[in-house]
Amino acid sequence: MTRYIIRRTLAALVVVWAVGTLVFFALRAVPGDPISAMLADVDPSMAEQLRQKFGLDKPVYVQYGLWMLRTLQGDLGNSIYGSNVAVSRIIAEALPRTLSLAALSLVISLSIALVAGIVSAIRRNSLLDHSMTFLAFLGLSMPDFWLGILLIIVFAVKLGWLPAIGYKPLSDGLWPWFSHLILPAVAAGTPFSAIIARMTRSAMLEVLNSEYIKVARAKGLHERTVILVHGLKNALIPVVTVMGIAFALLMSGTVIVENVFAIKGLGRVLIQGILNRDYPVVQGAILVVSMVFVFSNLLVDILYTVIDPRIRYET
Amino acid sequence: MTETTTATSIQSPGWERVPPRRGRWRWWKILRRNRPAALALVFLLVLIGSALWAPQIAPYDPNAQEYAFLAPPSWAHPLGTDDLSRDLFSRIVYGSRISLFVGITTVLISMVVGVVLGLVAGYYGGWIDNLIMRYIDLQWAFPNFIIAVYLVAVFGTGLSNVIIAVTLAFLDDFARIVRGMVLSLREQEFVLAARAMGASDIRILFRHILPNTLAPVIVQATVSVSYAILAEAGLSFLGLGVKPTTPTWGLILSDARSFFSRGWWLAVFPGLAITLTVLSINFLGDALRDMLDVREHTEERH
Repeated sequence: MTRYIIRRTLAALVVVWAVGTLVFFALRAVPGDPISAMLADVDPSMAEQLRQKFGLDKPVYVQYGLWMLRTLQGDLGNSIYGSNVAVSRIIAEALPRTLSLAALSLVISLSIALVAGIVSAIRRNSLLDHSMTFLAFLGLSMPDFWLGILLIIVFAVKLGWLPAIGYKPLSDGLWPWFSHLILPAVAAGTPFSAIIARMTRSAMLEVLNSEYIKVARAKGLHERTVILVHGLKNALIPVVTVMGIAFALLMSGTVIVENVFAIKGLGRVLIQGILNRDYPVVQGAILVVSMVFVFSNLLVDILYTVIDPRIRYET
Repeated sequence: MTETTTATSIQSPGWERVPPRRGRWRWWKILRRNRPAALALVFLLVLIGSALWAPQIAPYDPNAQEYAFLAPPSWAHPLGTDDLSRDLFSRIVYGSRISLFVGITTVLISMVVGVVLGLVAGYYGGWIDNLIMRYIDLQWAFPNFIIAVYLVAVFGTGLSNVIIAVTLAFLDDFARIVRGMVLSLREQEFVLAARAMGASDIRILFRHILPNTLAPVIVQATVSVSYAILAEAGLSFLGLGVKPTTPTWGLILSDARSFFSRGWWLAVFPGLAITLTVLSINFLGDALRDMLDVREHTEERH
């Protein structure tokens, strides 16, 4: 198991390195650099100076070597646009916001999905089951940014219950943190909920039909024990198999939803970087976003072995 | 006492009906039984029609400024007007052109390229398979939308770059499906027989192997169109897509953000258009999946 984790961690790092390298060279292969975009070719001598300052005048392979060396030391360069801040600092400020949002979103959408899936399975083919099927379809078809907008209109503008945009860290208190994050968390987690709820429903139906559930009922166990202890525990295994895909959707949801709710997380940093053609910021953000994806995927795979001890990854 | 084995194949309600196998009216019968899919088909036909004949259907020029600033829905403006006094219904009708065009062209190109990559990788194996699959696996590690954002980061913003980005982002799904099927198909008797008779690789690949991979590819393509439409809308919404004056669903939604309290219709209707379109394609894709019997090959990723 340890060897498996080490091997997978190395493979994950290789993926992140490959993405970083591809983006590095592709950015330089595409015509037009950020300096000319910024100055619009008004002042050639100043542009030359700036290129020297940011090392853009050196040959590409030298730039790549330097970039690799600095990245390994945790130095992602400075933002070209505006205030010249260190990219690593921008990302260090953004990362906790994104992780907060993803964590809350995961907790909320997982609980909703499990309850919905179990209820659908128990009341199979009822009106409730059919409406949940439809809601799941809707959740997968609705753009997450639109859902975010609708939530703002209803809960912030019309009802005035929650703040529309922004972010407050947990250190400001639980309610300010939660009230700012609940709407984006729901918006980002809806496709996740839809997939997990569908999977829970079909896994639950399969399990409830099995012999050991009949035995449990025959023993006279309380129905709640039968479903939650004997049923859910076994139904969770197939659910975890789609967890990776579903969680990736949730994470990509946070990238776009952060831009709806003006939360300065990784997704907003990345998009602002692209809009400003701020290469160091874009490169740094892509590197860290990729890392979050690859390692969360790894975590899901490890979780899989914890939930189902029958699965053993060899070496 | 005899031992009983429990049947454990349980799927969603629509799945239990076995489609009729033959007959001229097969598709018609399936659609009549599957109401959501039939409704979806009607909606999509109307949508395609409105995209094709947008100038005839839209009551106003999508960029013309009427004398009605942020007017709520009325008889003159069925879905209201925006902050520049432009008719929202007309803009949504014109917006369907970009959404459908991007959704369909990107997936068509991506399907052709992805299928060829999958065929080559699966059939020849060796270093070429390794080369192709390393790249495909790299993309596979991330959702398609994130790949599209990465590609826009590299190529720059704008409609043509969005089309390139979305096309490339959806390649891996097709390549993986086809490669997996080719691996098992190339060992089968009919392929061996064709080879023994002296058929060329090209002939074997395109005449014998390709037709057998088509059903899952078609289903994947249908589902991909809905995700490509979502991706385009998302990129436009983020400001990475088309130029600000072009009417697209994502861009109208992006503009709506400044008018939450005064113009709810600006936020509601374009989103509804995206959702209904994607929902319809998904229903249709689901029906196709049942008809062509390809549950397990396709994946739900976007």
